[in-house]
Amino acid sequence: MVLIDTNPLFWSSTAAPLSFSKFLSQVLSFVNSILLLNQLNQVMVIATGLNSCDYIYDSLSGPTTPTFETLLQKLEDFVVKDEELNKDDSVDGIGSSLLSGSLSMALCYIQRVFRSGSLHPHPRILCMHGSQDGSGQYVAIMNSIFSAQRSMVPIDSCVIGSQHSAFLQQASYITGGVYLKPQQPDGLFQYLTTVFATDLHSRSYLHLPKPVGVDFRASCFCHKNTIDMGYICSVCLSIFCKHHKKCSTCGSAFGQPQTNVSMSDQKKKAP
Amino acid sequence: MSNNGKRKPVNEEEDDDEEDGNERDLEAWEKAYADERSWESLQEDESGLLRPIDNQALHHAQYRRRLRSLSSASAASRIQKGLIRYLYLVIDLSKAAGEMDLRPSRMVVVAKQVEAFIREFFDQNPLSQIGLVVIKDGVAQCLTDLGGSPESHIKALMGKLGCSGEASLQNALELVHEQLNQIPSYGHREVIILYSALSTCDPGDVMETIQKCKKSKIRCSVIGLSAEIYICKYLCQETGGLYSVALDEAHLKDLILEHAPPPPAIAEFAIANLIKMGFPQRAAEGVISICSCHKEAKFGGGYICPRCKARVCELPTECRICGLTLVSSPHLARSYHHLFPVTPFDDVAPMLVPNQHRRPKSCFGCQQSLLNPGNMPVRCVTCPKCKQFFCLDCDIYIHESLHNCPGCESLRDSKSVN
Repeated sequence: MVLIDTNPLFWSSTAAPLSFSKFLSQVLSFVNSILLLNQLNQVMVIATGLNSCDYIYDSLSGPTTPTFETLLQKLEDFVVKDEELNKDDSVDGIGSSLLSGSLSMALCYIQRVFRSGSLHPHPRILCMHGSQDGSGQYVAIMNSIFSAQRSMVPIDSCVIGSQHSAFLQQASYITGGVYLKPQQPDGLFQYLTTVFATDLHSRSYLHLPKPVGVDFRASCFCHKNTIDMGYICSVCLSIFCKHHKKCSTCGSAFGQPQTNVSMSDQKKKAP
Repeated sequence: MSNNGKRKPVNEEEDDDEEDGNERDLEAWEKAYADERSWESLQEDESGLLRPIDNQALHHAQYRRRLRSLSSASAASRIQKGLIRYLYLVIDLSKAAGEMDLRPSRMVVVAKQVEAFIREFFDQNPLSQIGLVVIKDGVAQCLTDLGGSPESHIKALMGKLGCSGEASLQNALELVHEQLNQIPSYGHREVIILYSALSTCDPGDVMETIQKCKKSKIRCSVIGLSAEIYICKYLCQETGGLYSVALDEAHLKDLILEHAPPPPAIAEFAIANLIKMGFPQRAAEGVISICSCHKEAKFGGGYICPRCKARVCELPTECRICGLTLVSSPHLARSYHHLFPVTPFDDVAPMLVPNQHRRPKSCFGCQQSLLNPGNMPVRCVTCPKCKQFFCLDCDIYIHESLHNCPGCESLRDSKSVN
């Protein structure tokens, strides 16, 4: 299961360390090499776009080895569709891809594999991600991470962008996957084959890159500062950096029993 | 069936040999009725023909009912849930727990289910705490204090299995009441009693104790293992809990796991408050420090309390030195899905499909074909928000475990609505 970030804003920006076509050719050879390693291996490629996500390659139904043309054809269709969706939307992209959507799709597919086979597969997810984290996806991504953790699916991540991704760091840490930010993106294929190509069993014998510290600190809802110590609303678990009289998220007043007043407040806020 | 019938007239000696292991001495054809209940897997269709029950559809229907009752309950009270729970689990280990109506005995079955429950509970409520109490020989005994580590509870319980004497509801309630009175006011106080006995042997007036629990806002729920008892029903009614009696092992499991997701908060039960919490950072690898929980020197990865800089080994916990509650942000995030549930999906009527092009051929989540081999559409559901189609398996997975709609998550404009 490989998720590719196809965010056009990222790939066209100067921040991108290598061109999209170069990136694709390296990923494609990686996918082919995984399929060649064992005939039972399967690969699924999902494109993570700015406005939508879609499956672009399935080794079960498609040709046994993905050729450059078939994958490119699907990908082009996808990018065009993705762009069309963008035109309908007046708000232009903030620059973060819909990682939560593609993660959810990948997990649904993995559940299907679990249901169908008696082969005891060991599925894993590899996120190739370039763009920034979208803070609006936080809850959805966390949900996906915990669901993956419950079904013992490690999420590996390979970050190509210039910044570290806090979401993917947490995802890999919680699910026991590998987080890697290649220092020289030109040699991406080398990184991919050495770190991500091995199966889970042989992975334990490898000397993999040491995880850098994961930042588990929370950011407060009021100023978006990252804080060491803070106050948590006991009703909705919102995080604040200072003591407030009233919770801005759920509207409950603090330090006194909840009355009907706070309930009606909340209803006004909801629509 | 005909096979079994033929075997009956065969000489009795042979039959006896075969049945030696079975203590109830059933004939083979009797066993087919007593144990297998083969007729239960058949049902009559509209034209009176017998056909096997479609297990998947049944399973799905069951789940839909559960989902609907859940969502209607939460819609009524505008999702407020008791996310921080202090729960005492009272386990009846009186003589009645040794009964063998559940195999091998009630006690063993209960212990097994409690273990599953404790794990599920901490998975769903990472900020909550559990304590264990057992009733034995007419007295209640605190097995473990309130704590957040599933392993220590399970270990304590497994070491203490063994039943004797009478059960006393009052003693158990008094003990729990005393313990729960100490917890901060924002927490939800709950008791779940697994009651095997059919009587209670109390030193005083149990009614007074029930009123006391009601006054302290302790929500008491009882799961009976034998039959309904009035005093338990009264207790649950008064304190707002649930009373149920388990029919068999599978039913007991369902009943007990029903208590794992946080209950809807009752407005005045817990006072909303701001809780001061710390978000410790992971200590650097290769640093040797003395941890405050085990009081020994440890090497490498621990967490440092941001207030007093003491080292702790596990999260979530309370700092031993300064008493600050220490959590990490994933612990908080784990509870968020209770507050933002996925909207239930709508059923798609199979008749509605002549316009094939409107309906996609495969499930949006897992790409499974939504057409039978005969090109007949199978049952599927659709999300009311993003109008994507899903198969039944994905539907269950999305609502029970993932808590995300893949369709809505892969649409940009739905983001702004959220």
